[in-house]
Amino acid sequence: MALSLKRLLLNDQKLLVKRYSQATKNNKKWKSVVGLEVHAQIASKSKLFSGAPTKFSNPVNTNVSLFDMATPGTLPVLNKRCVEAGVLTALALNCQVNPVSYFDRKHYFYADLPAGYQITQQRLPLAVNGALEFHVFTPEIHKKPYKTSARIKQLQLEQDSGKSLHDFDRSLVDLNRAGISLMELVFEPDLSDGEEAAALIKELIAIFQRIETCSCKMEEGALRVDANVSIHKENEPLGIRTEIKNIGSVRGVVGAVNYEIKRQIAIKESNGVVVNETRAWNFEKKITVPMRDKEILQDYRYMPEPNLPPLQVSMGPITGGQVYVDQIKENIPELPEKCRQRLQTDMGLSTEQSIIIVNDVDLMKLFENALYARSINPVKFANFLINDLYKALNERKLEIHQLHIEPKYFGEILELVSQGLITRNVASMVLNELLQGNIRSPLEIVEEKNWKQITDEKELEKICQAILQENPKGVTQYLNGKVKVFKAFLGGVANKTDNRADMKKVETILKKILSELRNKK
Amino acid sequence: MNNVLKTSINNVYKLFAENSITPLDVTEASLSHIEHFSKYNAFITVSKNLVENQAIQSERRYKDSKPLSELDGIPIAVKDNFCTQNIATTCASKMLENFKPTYDATVVQKLKQSGAIIMGKTNLDQFAMGSGTVDSIYGPAKNVWGYKSDSDFHIVGGSSGGSALAVATGMCYGAIGSDTGGSTRNPASYCGIVGLKPTYGLVSRYGLIPLVNSMDVPGILSRTVDDCVSILNTVAGFDSKDSTSLTKPYRKIRLPDARKMTVKGLKVGIPQEYFNEHLSTEVYEAWNEIANLLENNGAVVKQISLPNTEHSIVCYSILNQCEVASNMARYNGIQFGFRANENESTEKLFATTRSLGFNEVVRNRILTGNYFLLTRNYDKYFNKALKVRRLIANDFHAAWEKVQILLTPTTLTTAPFYSDFCKKTNRDQCAVQDYCTQPANMAGVPAISIPVKLSKTGLPISIQLIGRNLSEPMLLAVAKYLENIVRFPHYVENL
Repeated sequence: MALSLKRLLLNDQKLLVKRYSQATKNNKKWKSVVGLEVHAQIASKSKLFSGAPTKFSNPVNTNVSLFDMATPGTLPVLNKRCVEAGVLTALALNCQVNPVSYFDRKHYFYADLPAGYQITQQRLPLAVNGALEFHVFTPEIHKKPYKTSARIKQLQLEQDSGKSLHDFDRSLVDLNRAGISLMELVFEPDLSDGEEAAALIKELIAIFQRIETCSCKMEEGALRVDANVSIHKENEPLGIRTEIKNIGSVRGVVGAVNYEIKRQIAIKESNGVVVNETRAWNFEKKITVPMRDKEILQDYRYMPEPNLPPLQVSMGPITGGQVYVDQIKENIPELPEKCRQRLQTDMGLSTEQSIIIVNDVDLMKLFENALYARSINPVKFANFLINDLYKALNERKLEIHQLHIEPKYFGEILELVSQGLITRNVASMVLNELLQGNIRSPLEIVEEKNWKQITDEKELEKICQAILQENPKGVTQYLNGKVKVFKAFLGGVANKTDNRADMKKVETILKKILSELRNKK
Repeated sequence: MNNVLKTSINNVYKLFAENSITPLDVTEASLSHIEHFSKYNAFITVSKNLVENQAIQSERRYKDSKPLSELDGIPIAVKDNFCTQNIATTCASKMLENFKPTYDATVVQKLKQSGAIIMGKTNLDQFAMGSGTVDSIYGPAKNVWGYKSDSDFHIVGGSSGGSALAVATGMCYGAIGSDTGGSTRNPASYCGIVGLKPTYGLVSRYGLIPLVNSMDVPGILSRTVDDCVSILNTVAGFDSKDSTSLTKPYRKIRLPDARKMTVKGLKVGIPQEYFNEHLSTEVYEAWNEIANLLENNGAVVKQISLPNTEHSIVCYSILNQCEVASNMARYNGIQFGFRANENESTEKLFATTRSLGFNEVVRNRILTGNYFLLTRNYDKYFNKALKVRRLIANDFHAAWEKVQILLTPTTLTTAPFYSDFCKKTNRDQCAVQDYCTQPANMAGVPAISIPVKLSKTGLPISIQLIGRNLSEPMLLAVAKYLENIVRFPHYVENL
């Protein structure tokens, strides 16, 4: 007995040693693999199978029809608008739409799932085999944007569940969300980190907002992300994955995925084992935590939904379906990537500029409206928006859609700059005036505030002389070779003129005066 | 006044129209008749307060010579698994004992819109799971035919037994039942009345609390074929609330006088597989007599084969239990119905509610259904059953190549004694009781049961006619033709 125990211990030690040596030998880097599942609420007025409204702001339990609360005897009636939105989304994501798809019941007991099952598409979904190409661009991490892509396994229509609210001694159920139409998008695990995952979601949002099939209001739960994460070493099989459920923001996607990768690496580096589990993202503590998961071993006992005939979609020569694919195809608006390319080739914007503008649907609208209202140099305008407008909005904690500035005013500001009537800095000041609610036109504001650029060389020379006289020390330093102080002179002039001086001219004049001084010396 | 309760809908309509009697008279007669026969347990709820108002309104319409339809003022009963606004809809279960729907099933709505008086809700087996109307929390329904005492009576059949009983005794002119495996035709057969199972999708299921969604159809119970037609004409047709309802516009059926009809050249099939070891001699003989009758009147009667009939029951049993498991998942005590007094956890609340609210039959079906639906069993049971179901449907399709109509027994015997019936389990009973009726549900085709004679012991014997999809006009015509020849002695005639 004692002997065998000793042998066992020895064996264990050997094992331990062996493992250690492996870990030290194997210096290959960890590779992370990320796959996403996205639940997007379809922006329809009524629910997937009932006439109940979907408005988020309605009071608790008022968006509920008899069917939504699973009243016995009620039956589902498919909302055509949801099918159209599903097909449109599928086409925008390069999916293959199935001419026939089916609805199935997925069973589990939960207080906010009144029927005891969710109607979804398990056997044959609405669409399959899509692909989405997108730019990954996080300025603080990537110097340059790069393109990558993720394949889409399937897109299916399904019902959302209700919401449970847990109090200390009771639970309350809100069925407003129950039965709202969801598109579930299952992506293949083609991503490698949180930035790529977030970039994919951003691109999805840009597309959804363009085709208007989902509001993408993540704060309202209109778009929810599940992420599957695993790590492995090159030429080794994929590791065991964990699933992070219900991530509710783009920032959360980056944080949760990257945290999970680090966590798994830490486990494996210390010879631990990653277990297949469902985790949740705690956005306050910035960590993922295991979910108390009753579903993991659950058998959903799928069954065909007997109350709905197969969903038929017409395409090409196939007719008689609930919706007609070819017609929907014709009405697809310009998608984000095409739009970016147009901005680059037709307007000369840089890749980065086009990404930033197109990824913000409101900014894009503003950009186009302003260009439409007045002809402006698009590159300069893009810069103005990305630098000046974004900065001003950030300071004021405003969103673009909250602005009430006439589109043509943007053009006017830039025109004033290019005509030399105001300086670039004043342009920013005029914008701030408009943001503060000044309803006058930029020109009127400039006149009212006396912000016109000073271009008169004689006047400028006077100001320059004054600045230099005020700063004899600086002048001496400059003449002694400390050229850096030149900047201080420029700043002085700008300050003295409230940013109104034509700085190019000021530069020339200052240099001229200083060289004259040097010659005198 | 009682005499008017025995006659046909069309006769009453004429009497109303010429003001010989009024809807209020008939409704009151019907109410007292219901009272008189209450010990047979046909009704769960009698809507006494509502019907008088309905009758008065109907009366007014006749006074203005503007009746809504031929059903205006006609007392009709509805099985207690159809939702009725503000009237309890119990499914004869503890689970829904306190359930008052806020809406009317489409069938009920259509009846109301045609002026029919909804007398109340009739007894059934819990959630329509049964073939005897014995598994009801309100007690069994008792057959008037051969009734001796409360301990010595025959069953009415089921699960729409209350509806059949109400019509057979003249409490009302017609009734709505539901038919998933024979639940309308079986009690019609045992109570000696007409029972129609329409084509799947012809009559809306909206508001019918489901048993097996893919087979359920609202059924019609009446004393005469003409009455059946009147009711079918009222309730049939497309309903946007039921995605499985047929979109083809319904054309009202008008049948000629029976004496003007002929069956000459009608191709009638006798499926050999319906000759079953449990088939009683008397039923077999009646079946034969009708076959001969048709042949003697010029029909071409031939034996055909529906080879998959024997698999039908086991296949049905699997599909039934799977859908039951799924359909019953909503009864958890949260939104409606019975809720157990249990606050420990949500899961415990669900479990206790369900084990107290359902009877053993329902619980058994839920358990087995869930077993069949497990991922590891799905292909072995549910999927295989679906394949067998297609074979059964194909049997019928093949039959229509050879014949226009099938003639079979409805039930293998006359109504069993309650005491004998209860000796077997619900499961075993359904296997025997549904044998002849249930294949039609698998295929979705229409079928009708009509009484043809009385047995030696004075119990009704019926035969069943099955036709292809949407062949109701032909099916009902042949039924009417036979009805006129056999002159079945209805129970109401002895009152």
